[in-house]
Amino acid sequence: MQIIKDGTIIHDDVQHLADAEAPTGNRFTVSFERWKAERESLLAAGCAPGVRLSSGNALADIAGDLPFLDLVVVEFPAFADGRAFSLARLLRERYGYAGEIRARGDFIRDQLYFLVRVGVNAFEPKGGLDLEKLLPALKDFSVNYQAAADDVELIYQKRGK
Amino acid sequence: MYQYDQYDQTLVNERVAQFRDQTRRFLAGELSEEQFRPLRLMNGLYIQTHAPMLRVAIPYGLLSSRQLRMLAHIARKYDRGYGHFTTRQNIQYNWPKLEEVPDILAELATVEMHAIQTSGNCIRNTTSDHLAGVSADELEDPRAWCEIIRQWSTLHPEFAFLPRKFKIAVSGAAKDRAATQVHDIGLHLLRNEQGELGFEVLVGGGLGRTPIIGQTIRPFLEKKHLLSYLEAILRVYNLFGRRDNKYKARVKILLKETGVEEFTQMVEEEWSHIRDALELDNKEIERVKTFFNPPGYASNASTDTSFAVKLAENSGFAAWVRVNTVEHKIPGYRAVFVSLKAPGVPPGDITDAQMDILADLADRYSFGELRATHTQNLLLADVKQADLYELWQGLADANLATANIGKASDIICCPGLDFCSLANSSSIPVALEIAARMEDADYLYDLGDIRINISGCMNGCGHHTVGHIGILGVDKKGEEWFQLTLGGSSSNDASLGERLGPAVPKDQVANTVDTILQTYIELREGEESFLETVRRIGMPPFQEKVYANH
Repeated sequence: MQIIKDGTIIHDDVQHLADAEAPTGNRFTVSFERWKAERESLLAAGCAPGVRLSSGNALADIAGDLPFLDLVVVEFPAFADGRAFSLARLLRERYGYAGEIRARGDFIRDQLYFLVRVGVNAFEPKGGLDLEKLLPALKDFSVNYQAAADDVELIYQKRGK
Repeated sequence: MYQYDQYDQTLVNERVAQFRDQTRRFLAGELSEEQFRPLRLMNGLYIQTHAPMLRVAIPYGLLSSRQLRMLAHIARKYDRGYGHFTTRQNIQYNWPKLEEVPDILAELATVEMHAIQTSGNCIRNTTSDHLAGVSADELEDPRAWCEIIRQWSTLHPEFAFLPRKFKIAVSGAAKDRAATQVHDIGLHLLRNEQGELGFEVLVGGGLGRTPIIGQTIRPFLEKKHLLSYLEAILRVYNLFGRRDNKYKARVKILLKETGVEEFTQMVEEEWSHIRDALELDNKEIERVKTFFNPPGYASNASTDTSFAVKLAENSGFAAWVRVNTVEHKIPGYRAVFVSLKAPGVPPGDITDAQMDILADLADRYSFGELRATHTQNLLLADVKQADLYELWQGLADANLATANIGKASDIICCPGLDFCSLANSSSIPVALEIAARMEDADYLYDLGDIRINISGCMNGCGHHTVGHIGILGVDKKGEEWFQLTLGGSSSNDASLGERLGPAVPKDQVANTVDTILQTYIELREGEESFLETVRRIGMPPFQEKVYANH
């Protein structure tokens, strides 16, 4: 499968496991609930797990585990559900998570720019979207008023020079 | 007023390009109607009864004459020669073509205007006091803060897909003319015990289906923390606001369900993490403030004697001055309301020709600036008393000098069933019929200040719940009926109107309002206003008269 990561289209072999499904490869993600229940055994397997967050999950519950996580997935059950934007930003800014944050699910092209700004660096859209056509959306705007999780120079800072 | 620099302009231009591409993809079938919907809404574009409706942002109601001429041009070229000013100090066009909207936005961008976030589940246009900068009871001009909020909220990446729409209002004066208690966030500039200026922060007010008065969650916020505190409130709302039912998704419901203490604690906890990292930059505050410095007022404006002479000579002029102008903090100046409530004209509507004339009058008499008020009128804020007579004549020639500001024919009214696909009754004809009965000026002025607000459905765009007399259209088995409330207010003494009784049929609304007003005249004491009388005597005397024959 292909995804967008750090601005380019790459091959990706991460498996998103259902709660009863056993990992077959080295890279996989599990649900937040499964992570909490099987944390020890998943870590002991010596692989690089990821956790999928859905909107209602409390980040504080996994804050201590973030250093062990290869990636965190913020899921979009519906594109209009904007909680993932806050979750991603908290992961970066509050919890200092430096690994991959991947948006997955029902987000749309026009959300990509905002997602990058709140700290998402990988995109796995629901099937059918042409990734090539998505790439330009990462650069919809060249100027930004407000601070977010990205490290861009803000408009007021440009003015201050 | 605020002027774009290269960065503000770049952002708006890029937004136009983005929307042009979104529209193209929708028309080419690459975006579904469901996917296009939130995108077009965030650019102020609704699909309505007859055609798309485009809502253009007028940040905190402030307009230049150049911008007003552009609004006239758009009404002429892309619409049917008129526009409609709304209760959120914006303007709406009812007949644009979808495929032309990108061109309209491109034209607007040439005069530093846009339609960004005038709809959709995001932070909307920040509204403010229409007398900002000119009223004597002001602690500080709120417009610089509105502009700072405008920039912060424009394309905020975290808060573009909120549970529901989000409205912020700022007031800097003792009298609340911005209805801050009925907004998702109301900000009130005030002085603390140490004499420092800061904000009282209210959350959870709102009209619509569940009207609620906002509650104070922070009595005093230092100015430098404004954006971090707003961000904390928005983050709590974005994460915990209900998304299962759009009628329970506003922040007022979250605040009601969690309770004000717990909600406050959630916000304060969130804020404690971000307050130091997000302090406002002093240089930027000062930069923005300079755009709202007072214009070059004439120091000798009050020495003019012609004004007094004209007042004595011409009773029509005198009535207009008394009703449609208010005091200005500078001696010899007055602020002038331009009534968009002429007899027979839908409240808030203005033609392209009127806009052009008004732009010229603003250039000649009021430093080239205008304001939109939340009561759907316009305002020329800085007029010399010596110029008032000529201005009055100019306005009267354009049918813009109806002397009824704040009176019973100055009705707030939503577009209603005639235009809006949500409405279940046509509110405009009801407003016109009520106003038509006020043609006798002596009667109108004898009634004094009275706010009549009409909404065509329970979404409440006509602010009926805070009308002294509120009128709400309801559907009864396919027929239009109207429910009346008395005693609402959105000012300092904010309150929600109380239901009078059973709804009345459409053809009886004007009669019912007559009866209510007659009852007031009979029972008022001394100089008592309508609202004061209602609050003193309560509903029963009005109910007895209105329902006597039923």
